Amino acid sequence: MEQQRTLSGSSQSPRSPSSSQPFLSVSVTDPVKLGNGVQAYISYRVITKLYCDLFPRVVHREKAFGHVSQLEVSIGVSIIEVRIMAVFISRMHSKSWTNFPEYQGPEKIVIRRYSDFVWLRDRLFEKYKGIFIPPLPEKSAVEKFRFSAEFIEMRRQALDVFVNRIASHCELQQSEDLRLFLQAEEETMERLRSHETGIFKKKPADLMQIFKDVQSKVSDVVLGKEKPVEETDPEYEKMKHYIFELENHLSEAQKHAYRLVKRHRELGQSLSDFGKAVKLLGASEGNALGKAFSELGMKSEILSAKLQKEAHQLLMNFEEPLKDYVRAVQSIKATIAERASAFRRQCELAETMKLKEINLDKLMLIRSDKVAEAEHEYKEATESEQATKTFETIVKLMNQEMERFQEQKTLDMGIAFHEFAKGQARLANGIADAWRSLLPKLEACSSLVEN
Amino acid sequence: MMSHDSSDEHHQILHASQDDEVMESLILDDDGNDSVHRQHHRPTPPQSPNSPFNSFLDPPSYADAIFTSFDSNGHDQAIDETPARSGSDDYLHIVVTDPQKEQDIATSLVPGAATFYTYLITTRTNLPEFGGAGTEFAVRRRFRDVVTLADRLSEAYRGLFIPVRPDKSTVESQVMQKQEFVEQRRVALEKYLRRLAAHPVIGRSEELRVFLEAKGRLPLARTTDVASRMLDGAVRLPRQLLGGEAEVGEVVQPAKGGRDLLRIFKELKQSVTNDWGGSKPLVVEEDKEFMERKDKLVDFEHNLSNVSQQAESLVKFQQDMGETVGELGLAFVKLTKFETEEAIFESQRVRAADMRNVATAAVKASRLYRELNTQTIKHLDKLHEYLGTMLAVNNAFSDRSSALLTVQTLSSELASLHSRVEKLEVASSKIFGGDKSRMRKIEELKEAIRVTENAKICADREYERIKENNRSELERIDQERNSDFQSMLRGFVVNQAGYAEKMGAVWQKLAEETAAYSSDSS
Repeated sequence: MEQQRTLSGSSQSPRSPSSSQPFLSVSVTDPVKLGNGVQAYISYRVITKLYCDLFPRVVHREKAFGHVSQLEVSIGVSIIEVRIMAVFISRMHSKSWTNFPEYQGPEKIVIRRYSDFVWLRDRLFEKYKGIFIPPLPEKSAVEKFRFSAEFIEMRRQALDVFVNRIASHCELQQSEDLRLFLQAEEETMERLRSHETGIFKKKPADLMQIFKDVQSKVSDVVLGKEKPVEETDPEYEKMKHYIFELENHLSEAQKHAYRLVKRHRELGQSLSDFGKAVKLLGASEGNALGKAFSELGMKSEILSAKLQKEAHQLLMNFEEPLKDYVRAVQSIKATIAERASAFRRQCELAETMKLKEINLDKLMLIRSDKVAEAEHEYKEATESEQATKTFETIVKLMNQEMERFQEQKTLDMGIAFHEFAKGQARLANGIADAWRSLLPKLEACSSLVEN
Repeated sequence: MMSHDSSDEHHQILHASQDDEVMESLILDDDGNDSVHRQHHRPTPPQSPNSPFNSFLDPPSYADAIFTSFDSNGHDQAIDETPARSGSDDYLHIVVTDPQKEQDIATSLVPGAATFYTYLITTRTNLPEFGGAGTEFAVRRRFRDVVTLADRLSEAYRGLFIPVRPDKSTVESQVMQKQEFVEQRRVALEKYLRRLAAHPVIGRSEELRVFLEAKGRLPLARTTDVASRMLDGAVRLPRQLLGGEAEVGEVVQPAKGGRDLLRIFKELKQSVTNDWGGSKPLVVEEDKEFMERKDKLVDFEHNLSNVSQQAESLVKFQQDMGETVGELGLAFVKLTKFETEEAIFESQRVRAADMRNVATAAVKASRLYRELNTQTIKHLDKLHEYLGTMLAVNNAFSDRSSALLTVQTLSSELASLHSRVEKLEVASSKIFGGDKSRMRKIEELKEAIRVTENAKICADREYERIKENNRSELERIDQERNSDFQSMLRGFVVNQAGYAEKMGAVWQKLAEETAAYSSDSS
């Protein structure tokens, strides 16, 4: 059941980026539980639409991203426990879309599951070193079995945001892997996904690299170089320290936010129990006082419902963004690790180059036959250049990403804070109104008593 | 006026740590006029700059109710705890303070002598029996004296709903620190004495007056064993019945005569097994109206107990909520500090400012929850008070049962005596000239009958007296209950509404501060 969606995408999660330029709009909808027992999983319907400036939209995020074309993904949900098939809807929009030439038709719908999202994330992480890949919601082996409605909705929302962020990133949106994810048939997707899992995830070259890493670590130890080679850039050190500290602070805030949700639920339950007890007391009294008690009891129960409602809002619009923030920081830590290994690789290869140079000079001195061979080898050693280039790219990207990340987070958190404040204000005012409305009734009861 | 004690109490509720200081300083830096600083905020009534009050909250009584913190010190409050119910201006105001450790003189030479605490009991009154308007005096009493007072009252005023005294020693007293325990007891004593004073009859009693006024040793008899207590009670009956003029010798002296002792022990056994429901109602209560009212009260107590339990839970969860909001605020304070210090990009500074607003709002809300809770406890305390009253009612009803038991026992005694006399008379009439021994026996029995008849007269009167006490008390608490609970409900609701309003204002402010991020804005 597709939600009615205006082209302004108002059904989107508030955190999903958007723009008024020609863009790709992706929606993730209809989570459906498939499979049985241990094999159960949820599938999502991912709808990709292309928009071309038909309905200019307000953008306050353009400045943050400054990109011309946007790939927009929105993930909607309707919870139906029905097996659905992929539905292809074609709807023609005029105009061509120069930025996304390979994308099919104005609309394309595919079915994806969580592991497909993981595949996408992993591919992007490998290909776009230095870029902070948007984080995914946790795998959660335990909750999977329960698949509560709340869990499903939270996951859907998080996946929505995930794909949207990729789609609105000027580099990531160009990714072929993204296009495959959004457009490929299910069988293709499955093939791609299973190809990547398990030990086959790493390519042979990577396995060699891992082996070499181990090798160099061993030789380091043997040679007395205990510490792995690390950068000494003070600004980068500061940034690393910032990221690690930030994770601690954010985790704490998120923990308290989660507790706050729980407190709302507990207080709600307590008010409900209190209301029931008061109503019983009122019933046994029977007179005007009894009526007063009954009214109070009923009001209590109404307020209990308000609290439960707000608890849900709080979870979705405040706690979840904070958790997302923590995940994003963890993703940055992964990039930091990538940078570290790129740096090490660069250093090693530089070492190797040096050794080869020394060797060459040596051979040239003794006029060995092997000179030609060694020269050839030396000239062809582009690996070192490549490693240096890779590392420098990462450094440059990270600096850009950092600024972008900070801006994005200020925005994300601003929205979260606003929703939080609105929710709490709504709740508090609702409570005040409810109690105030009780007062005239109490007055009536007490004047009855006096007569 | 800085009420340190109330802030101490608040410290207990939300553990003050040095983090709080960080929090305070951060917030005050930003918000110079913020008078929500904990120490200074408390005593300034409705001029809080945070939110102007809704009109119905302005009337002084409500504002006082909201802003006067729960003062556990026993100092005078804006709201007097013992309002004169009769509507007159009479007052009897009692304060218990200054616990002091003293030593038992008798054993003071022995090492490890028994020590005990005494409390200073100060009374202010305008009642004539104490010396007229504006009288104030104080005595020192120990807990044992309170027990004595309670015992004397329960004997003298059987049938009345006499407030139940604080427990002698609880498990807590073993576990708690001495200081805490003494403080707890002081509070309990104060509540107890005030309740006594508030009772229309007990408040004017001789026993209470003596307790409050007589310097030095408490001139009330201490008794410990049940049997002699019963004897005491029985002996005092005539004095009370006949207006205090009768001499002890004139009426029954139950201590003499084995028969009477037997009766007493029989009754004793019965009275001990009496309870609310009365598993085997050996006394037949014929007063239908009374039975109905009693049943209703049983119901009431049961429901009240439930409500009281739920109220306790509610308070706990409200407290938890306030704590968590506070902790959240604290976490954001730290984040604000962190981002501000480490800021490289402008967006970080913006975010730090946003987070500071969130932290401020959360901290304010947390304080409001704390205050709300303090007031809620105060209002819902009435529930607990009435549960205590139910105990007193229970006692009064068992007074009635045991008095009835006495009457019925005496009746059956009389009946059996009469039948024995009859039998003897019949037997001796058959013997010509009479039977000397039998005649003597008959005489003895007739004497016994006379004595028993007198006893029964007294017992009847006592029973009627108690019945009347019960009845008048039931009426009294019916009325009081209505008005007490109405005002409790009112206070609770006004309190909740008031604080919810204030919290709404706090969050509304934050919503406005973050309005730039709203998806509604264009």
